[in-house]
Formats: sequence, structure tokens, C-alpha cells
Amino acid sequence: MLLLFFLSGGLFLGWSLGANDAANIFGTAVGSEMISFKKAAVIASIFIILGAVFQGSGTTQTLSELGSIDTIGGAFTAALCSALVVTLMTKYKLPVSTTQAIVGAIIGWCYFTGTSVNYDVLKKIVGTWVFGPILGAVFSALLYLLLRKFIRNSRLHLLKMESIIRILLLVVGAFGAYSLGANNIANVMGVFVNSFSFSFSIGSFTISSTQFLFLLGGIAIAVGVFTYSKKVMETIGGNILPMTPEAAIVVVLSQALVLFIFSSTTLSQAVTSIGLPPIPLVPVSSTQVVVGAVLGIGLVKGIQEIKMKIVGNIALGWVTTPVLTGILTFFSLFFVQSVFGIPVSNQETLPLQNLSTQNQTTNYHIPFEVNTFLVGILLLLMMIVLYLFFIRYKNKQKSEENERRWTKQVQFSEFQEALSKIEANTIQLENTNLVSKLEESKNELITNLLNIGEQREYLEGICQGIQNAIEVQDVTEKDRILKEELLHIKQKMSFSNEVDKIYLKAEQAQVNFMERLQVQYPQLSVQERRLLLLLRIGLSSKEIAPLLNISTKSVEISRYRLRKKLNLERDINLVQFTQTM
Amino acid sequence: MLFAKAKKSIDLIDKFLNCVDQSLLLFKEGVKNYLYNNTENFNNNILALADAEIESDKLRREIEKTLYLQSLMPQIRGDIMRLLEEMDNIIDHSKKNLFQFDVEMPHIPANLIPDFIQLTQISVSAAESVIPAAKSYFSEPANVNEKIHRVYFYEKEVDLLADIIRRKIFREMPDLKLSEKFHLRYFTLHIENISDTAEKVADLLSIMAIKRIV
Repeated sequence: MLLLFFLSGGLFLGWSLGANDAANIFGTAVGSEMISFKKAAVIASIFIILGAVFQGSGTTQTLSELGSIDTIGGAFTAALCSALVVTLMTKYKLPVSTTQAIVGAIIGWCYFTGTSVNYDVLKKIVGTWVFGPILGAVFSALLYLLLRKFIRNSRLHLLKMESIIRILLLVVGAFGAYSLGANNIANVMGVFVNSFSFSFSIGSFTISSTQFLFLLGGIAIAVGVFTYSKKVMETIGGNILPMTPEAAIVVVLSQALVLFIFSSTTLSQAVTSIGLPPIPLVPVSSTQVVVGAVLGIGLVKGIQEIKMKIVGNIALGWVTTPVLTGILTFFSLFFVQSVFGIPVSNQETLPLQNLSTQNQTTNYHIPFEVNTFLVGILLLLMMIVLYLFFIRYKNKQKSEENERRWTKQVQFSEFQEALSKIEANTIQLENTNLVSKLEESKNELITNLLNIGEQREYLEGICQGIQNAIEVQDVTEKDRILKEELLHIKQKMSFSNEVDKIYLKAEQAQVNFMERLQVQYPQLSVQERRLLLLLRIGLSSKEIAPLLNISTKSVEISRYRLRKKLNLERDINLVQFTQTM
Repeated sequence: MLFAKAKKSIDLIDKFLNCVDQSLLLFKEGVKNYLYNNTENFNNNILALADAEIESDKLRREIEKTLYLQSLMPQIRGDIMRLLEEMDNIIDHSKKNLFQFDVEMPHIPANLIPDFIQLTQISVSAAESVIPAAKSYFSEPANVNEKIHRVYFYEKEVDLLADIIRRKIFREMPDLKLSEKFHLRYFTLHIENISDTAEKVADLLSIMAIKRIV
């Protein structure tokens, strides 16, 4: 338990590395849907662990030479501070690398404990930070030119080429993962190597304490890949340069080569054997090598495509990350030593203890009180963290649910409002339409009535004229008067047509009423139906008289007869009857 | 085994391109048969072209399904589908034009028949030149530009010839009714449409080739 607690800093760093750096290997392939995330994660995890366990020792030794953290408390603090800086800087989207963080942490430890920093090694390390991306750029430029030539000359069908690219992405990705594990495991577990001793054997197969640490670190990186890298992979595509899958192969291969060169002991020895200086085995930031590689492609394609701001940020990261981690480690070590009394310097070196499968015990030189206190604190912290996570999860779920409900409600009310508005508008429009129609009909009717009144007066005039003609004795004068009246009559011949038109329009307006009248009172004559229609429209007897070409008195008589025919009781008004029918 | 999935899609794309080629031949023959009054052959051309159009639609959908289901070429499949759609438009226009000849039966004066035949041939040549360019896109994208210049050349020729025909119709043929002149003008435009669509495909191919050249 306590062992895990101390290693947790490194494991956290491992998780963070897996979450971020796996995207450098499979980001484009997954982001462009060439390879599924599941397949990429499995391959990345397997090869990272293999690289870490079998080839992780070279870079670890270099870090040990920089500053040998020989107490587990110091190693824990350094790893935790690095992990915190990496996580925070990643959260705020600042350029960061675990390599630079851990180097800063080691230097911070050296300053705190008064141990001298090996500046030769530091120079070597910083040199590779600069040289790594440059080498990545050179490799990628050369590989890119080669691949471009191959694609142009191959004359393979696009679809066949795509199949090859998919396989290459997987193979190169596996190599990249192996190199990442081999090179970067030192960042995760390197600080624990000198302060931790453990061996595990089953029969003749033995795992050394370093390999065990690397296996744990590799697993932590794999967990990071599975749990968090998907999001990063899906967004990596357009970060620095929009990459095609072909370019992705070049970038990943360049990165893998650079990381492999700076972590392979065998290669370094081979170089030495031919009389050349040894290759420094130094952990290099995979992200920065990737940026270098992308820059290499950019140089071949034209520099204008590169987002230079991102390149500038990397140079800034070389300074800010180690400085921040160094300062944080320095103060954290002070806190760990003073408050918890945990030794962080080499005076309190932990005795090494071999363990077998039958007897797995650890014996660290930590006071019992501190041990109990730490376990208590750890449990309490775990409980608090779990509780906070639980509360946060619940709150998040609740707020999401509320937000969903609220959105639905808002949508629903918006729809309802829109619907009501449409309905109201339609009704209003219909009403306006009807009112205007009614008004129009009324006006027309009134105009027609007035015309009819005029016609009547005119006819009276004609009658008078004929009367005069009869009374006149002179034949010539009589003829003149009669001809004149005949002309007037001819001019007004359209009078009866107008009356018919009025009835037609009125019947059209009251078509339902006319139908009901026909069905319920079939015995009524046409003249009687017309009278009822005119009453329904709201005309008085005086107004009806000229329309029916009878006197007002005759209209009254007709109304009386109609009442009788309809069998209406005394208290029922005829107009009321027409309105309610 | 390695290219099994790819081979199926390659076959489908090749079939589609052959279908476009066949449709263009049918269109050319159809117009000739109409102009020379070979009614029976003309009707056969129409039916064959309608079948080719159905077949091309089917193939296009099949290609689309394969590309998306097997998630092939995720980055450029959108472009490829657009290319196939534009090429399918060539077949659609050919079929539509031949049907218009059948339905509207334009009266084409005897002295305009050679002009119409030439117009059809050049317009079809523009569309035919798109096919090798499209094939080249899949295997040798660097050569696409060499192929599509023929499309642009034929398209310009079609424009010129169509203009000459229209001038003849409106200026040198006083015996034709205005309605007949309009009718003939529309048919020159219909035939021009095929080369215009070919030009659109050529533009698209040009951009796609640039994108593909690494």
C-alpha cells in the first residue's frame, strides 16, 4: 500500500504521458478514421510496455547521472511535482513535456539536498532537446521525399495504396510506441530506480527491480492511452499542420527513429565500436520531435503552411517547464521533509531487499508513527477524493439532466408559442377577410338599393310623361313626347337585370340560409323566399318595397301572409326568425 | 488477400466509368439517328441510355456504400463521391437530351444537320476526355492535368460552334418561324450542357489531383 503510494507520483506521470503522447503516434490515423481507436490503443499499449521493459535502461542511467535520487520520498516528490506541472500545463494548453519536467524536478532535488548537478550530463540532455526535433525534421524531410517519390512512381491504384498506408500506419505506429516506451519510461520511473529494490522470480525467470518498475510504468502509460488519449487523438489532426495519412507515416517513423536512436544501448555501442563518439541516451520529448518532423515536411512543401506560433511555444516550453517543476519540487521537498519527516536525501538511503514469490516483504527505513500517519492521511485523502468525485459526478448528471429538461421545455414552449401565433394570425386574417367581404357586400347592396330608388323615381317620371302625352291633343307633340319616353325606357332597360344580380349576390352570400329554407319550407314561393332573404340581410319594409316592385303597404301584407304560412306565433318577430334560422 | 477489399471497389469504379463512356456513345448515336430519321434505332438508343442511367446510379450507390462501410479513404472519399456524382450528371444530361429530342421532335433544317452532328461529336468528345483523366486520378494523379486540357479545348470548341449555329438560325434563316428558332436554340444549349458538365468535372479533378499530390 505504502509502496504504491510512493510510486503513485510516477504512475500518475505515466498516465499523463500515455494520455498525451500516444496521440503523437496514432493521432492522425485515428483522427482520420484510418485505424480504429481500439486497435491503435491495444498496439500502442503492448509496444510501449515492451519498449519500456526491454530497452528503457539506457535513458534511465543518464537521468541517474544527472542527479541520483536515492530515497523513495525524494523520488515520489520529484515524480509527483513533474506530473502536477505536466497536468496543469496541459489543462491550460501550454506546451509541456514530461522529459523537461522530470529534469527540472531532479535539478530541484539536487539544489534542495545540496547534491551537485552533473552539468556535463545536463548539457548533453539540453543538447538533445534541441537536437531531437532537428533530427526529427531532417529524418522526416528525407523520408517524405522518399515516400513521395515512391507514391508517384508506383502507379498503384488509390485504393491499393490506401491499403498499404493502413498497414504502414500500424507497423510504424507499433515501432513508434516501442520507441516511446523505451525512451520515455525514464521520465516516469527513472527517479525511482536508485531508491527502490524489488525482485520477482518464478523458477528460472527473474524480473529485476528496474524491469518491474518499468513494467509498472508501462502499464500506467497504457492505462493513460486507453482512458484519455482518444480525445487527444481525435483533435490532433489539424493542430500543427493538416496531415495526410502519408505524412503521418513519415512523422511517426521519424519520431520513432529519433526516440530509438536516443534510447538504444546496442546502437550506441555499435557506434562506439567503429570509433565514433557514443550516442547520448537521453529521454527526448516525443511531442517536440513530432513538431520537428512536421516542420521537416513543411520545409519540403513550403514553410507558409506551418503555424509558427506553435513552434515558438516549444522553445518556450524548454525553459518554463524545467524551471516551474524545479521550483515546485524544491518547495515540495521542504514540505515533505519538514512536515512528514520523510527523508528525501541520501543520508536516509533505503536498504535493498530482495523478494521472492514466497516471501514478498519490504523493509523501508521509515518511522512507524510516520508510516501510520501517512496511511491514515492517504486513506482520508482517497475517501475525500472519492467523495468529491461522487458528488461532482452526481451534480454533473443532475445539471445535465436539468439542462436537457430545460432545453426541451424551452423548445416545447417556443413551439407552442409559434403555433399559437400562427393560429392567431390565421384567425385574425380570416376575420379581417370576412369583415371586409361583409362590408363590401353591404356597400354593394346599399348602392344597388339607392339605384333602385332612383329607377323607381325615374319610372314615375316616365309614367308622368306618358300621362302628359295622353293629355296632349297635338299629334306631332304627342309623338315627340312618346318617342322621348321610349328612348328613356330603352336606356334604362337593364334595370331588371340589376335586380336579378342583387338577388343572386345576396343568395350567394346566404347560400346556407337559402338551402335550409328550401329544405324546411318547400311550400314557399320564390317571391316569399326573396322577402325572407331581404329581411335576413336586415332591410326594412320601406327598403324592400322598391326591390320587389311593390308598395311598402304591400310588403307589410306579404310579411303578414308569410307569418301565417310559416305558422309563427305572435311573439316571434319575422326578422328574428330569419336571423336565428 | 491484402487488396481484396480494394479490388472490389476498384472494379466498381471501373464499371462506373465504362458506363459513362457507353452512355456518351449512345447519346452520340441517338442524335445522329434522330437527325437522319432512323426512328427505330433512335428508340433503341433511348432505351439503352435509360438502362445505362439506372445502372450508373446503382453502381454509384454501391461504391458509396462500400467506401463508407469499409471506411476506405476517409479523407478523400467525399471528393471521390462528388466526382462520381458529377460524372453521373453527364449521363443524366445525355438521357434527358435524347428524351427531349423524342418528346419535342424539333424540326431541324437539312442544312443545319451537319452542324448539329459536329456539335454533338465535339460535346461528347469533351465528356469522353474526362474519363481517362478520372482514371488517371486514381493511379497517376500527377498526370491528371495533362489529360484534362483536352476537356477545356473541346468545351471551347463547342461554345464557338454553338454560337455559329445560333447565328445561322437567327440571321440566315428568315423562313423559320420565331418559335422554331427558339426551339433550335434550346437544342444547341442542351447539347452544350454535356460539355459544360464535363468542364465542371475537369475543374473538380484538377483540384482533387493537387490535393492528392503529396
